[in-house]
Amino acid sequence: MAVGKIWVYAESAEGKATSATLELLTKARELASTVEALYAGPDADAVAASVGEYGASKLMVIDPGDGLPGQVAAATIAQLAADQSPDAILFAQSYDGRDAIARLSVKLDQPVLTNGMSLSDDNGLVFGTAIFGGVTLVDVKPTGGAPALIAIRPKSFAAESAGGGAAAIEQVAGADAGRAAEAKVLERHVEEQQGPKLEEASVVVSGGRGIGAAENYAPLVEALAKELKGAWGASRAIVDAGWVPYALQVGQTGKTVKPKVYVALGISGATQHLVGMKNSDNIIAVNKDAEAPIFSVADLGIVGDVHKVVPALIELIKAKK
Amino acid sequence: MNVVVCVKQIPDPAVPGALAADNTLDRSGKLILDESDSYGVEMALQLVDAAGEGEVTLVSMVPNGEVSGLRTALAMGAAKAILVSDDALAGSDALSTAKVLAKCVERAGGIDLVLAATEATDGYTGTVPAQIGELLGWPSLTFAKHIEIADGKVKIQRQTEAGYDVVESSLPAVVSVTAGVVEPRYPSFKGIMAAKSKPVDQVTAGDLGLDASQVGWAGARQEIVNVAQAPARQAGEKFEDDGTGAEKVVGFLEQLKVV
Repeated sequence: MAVGKIWVYAESAEGKATSATLELLTKARELASTVEALYAGPDADAVAASVGEYGASKLMVIDPGDGLPGQVAAATIAQLAADQSPDAILFAQSYDGRDAIARLSVKLDQPVLTNGMSLSDDNGLVFGTAIFGGVTLVDVKPTGGAPALIAIRPKSFAAESAGGGAAAIEQVAGADAGRAAEAKVLERHVEEQQGPKLEEASVVVSGGRGIGAAENYAPLVEALAKELKGAWGASRAIVDAGWVPYALQVGQTGKTVKPKVYVALGISGATQHLVGMKNSDNIIAVNKDAEAPIFSVADLGIVGDVHKVVPALIELIKAKK
Repeated sequence: MNVVVCVKQIPDPAVPGALAADNTLDRSGKLILDESDSYGVEMALQLVDAAGEGEVTLVSMVPNGEVSGLRTALAMGAAKAILVSDDALAGSDALSTAKVLAKCVERAGGIDLVLAATEATDGYTGTVPAQIGELLGWPSLTFAKHIEIADGKVKIQRQTEAGYDVVESSLPAVVSVTAGVVEPRYPSFKGIMAAKSKPVDQVTAGDLGLDASQVGWAGARQEIVNVAQAPARQAGEKFEDDGTGAEKVVGFLEQLKVV
C-alpha cells in the first residue's frame, strides 16, 4: 500500500454514522494503512462505534456549536492536517461534506476533486468521475501534494464491516473559524417521510414533467410506489416547479439511488436526472416521447401516456395480490 | 442593499457535451446563461427591490469574452457586470474559479450579499460558494431554498438530508441558492433593449491581481490520466403502447420477482 494515511470526514444521521461515511471508510482501509475519521456533531460515542467497526482507528471530534458543522470544522481540520499530514481526506458529496471540503480547500490552498465515483491506487491516488451524465469516465491524479481533498458520491462503494471495535475518541480543541462561525442554525425541521427511504428502497418510482400536474403525483407515482412497496422520487423539473419537496429529487443535485427496479414516469431523462439513477439494476420507463433520452438507459421502455399506462398497471398489480 | 450574483455562461446543456483536445470542456460554441443562475439573479432583484435601495452586479468568468449569457441576466434587471475574460482561465477548477470571483466581489466594493447557484449545470462541483465565503472571510449559508433579509441579517432555509434548517447570519455573507428558490422572470423587450447599453467591466486575471499560476490548468493541479466511454447499458426493449403496455411492465416485474 503506497498510501499511508487517509482521513474520512464522518457525518451522522439519526444518531449513527451515515452509510456514505461507512462506504468511504471501506474504500479508505482498502487503500491506506492508517484510516482515521473526523467528526463535527452530536452522538460521538455511537459514531465512534460504527466508524471503528468499518475500519477507523481514531475519531477526532470537533464541537461545531450551533454553527454549520462543515464550515466550522474546516478551520480545525486545516490545523490537524498541517500537524499530522494525511495523504488524503475523503468527504461524502453531501451538504455538510461540500461545505467542509470547500472551506478546507481555501485554508490549505488545495484543489478539490468532487463527484468522485471511484478511487484507486496506482503509484498515488487515482480519482474517477463521470461526466456528461455518466457517458464519459475520467480518471484524474491529484498533483497538488498532500492532503488530496476528495468528495465521493454516495453509493459509489459497497460498505463492508471490518469487524473492528469502537474508534478511540479524541476531543479536538476547535480552531477559530472566524466569521464562518457566524452562520448559526436556529431551528431544525425534519420532514415527515412516509414509506421506505429513497436511498435504501429496492424499488423506486419517480415522476417527471410528463405527469402533467402536481395533483397527479399522488395517484400515479406515489400510488404505484406503494403497490410495489417502494419509495417515490422526482425529477428536478417537478421539484423546481414546486410540485413535490426537494427531498424527493433524484439526480445530480438530489439523491443518488441504486435500487433493484427504477420506474421513471413521464421523465425525459436529462443528464441531471440520469446521473442519479442510471446505475439501478433494472430501469423501466414510461414516456410519450419515443425520442426521450430515458429510453436509452431503460431495460423496458413503454412509449405511451402515463395517465393510461399507470392506472392500468396499478389495477393489474392489485389483481395479482 | 448591494448584491453580487455569480453567473456562469455554459454550453447549451441540451446539446451533447464534448471535450476539447486538452480535455477541458469544449466551450467553443455559443454560451448561454446557466439556468441554475437565473434563480440567484431573480432573488437578488427581489431583495434589492424590497430593500428599496442598492443594485445587482453580476460577476462571471469565461476564457473567451462571451457576453450573451450575461446580457440575459442584465435584461432581467441587473445593473452591471464584471466579466473576467482571459485565456489563462481555461481549465480553471473550483478553487481557481472562487479566487477569481472573490476578487470580483472585492472589485465591485461595498457588497452586502453574494448569491450563487448551489452548483453549475456543467461542472457541478458544488463548492464554489463556500470557497468564495472563505476567501472573503465571510460566512457562507449554503443550499438555501428560502431567503429573507431583516435587521442587517440574512436568514435562510437550508436544505438538509432530512428536511431543512433555519440558518441566520450577519452580513456581508455568501448564500448559495437551490433551483426553485424563486420563479425567475422572463426578460421583457424593454429589458432586453436596455441590457445592450448596461456597463460590462471586462478585466483579465492580471487586472484582479491574480497570477496565471493560480488559475486555469496550472491552478487545478491535477493530471487527467484516462478518458473513456462508460460501458453503455445493454439496449433494452421499447414498445409503443397499444393497450398492452401495463401488461408488459407487469410481466417484467414478475420476471424480477417484484410482484
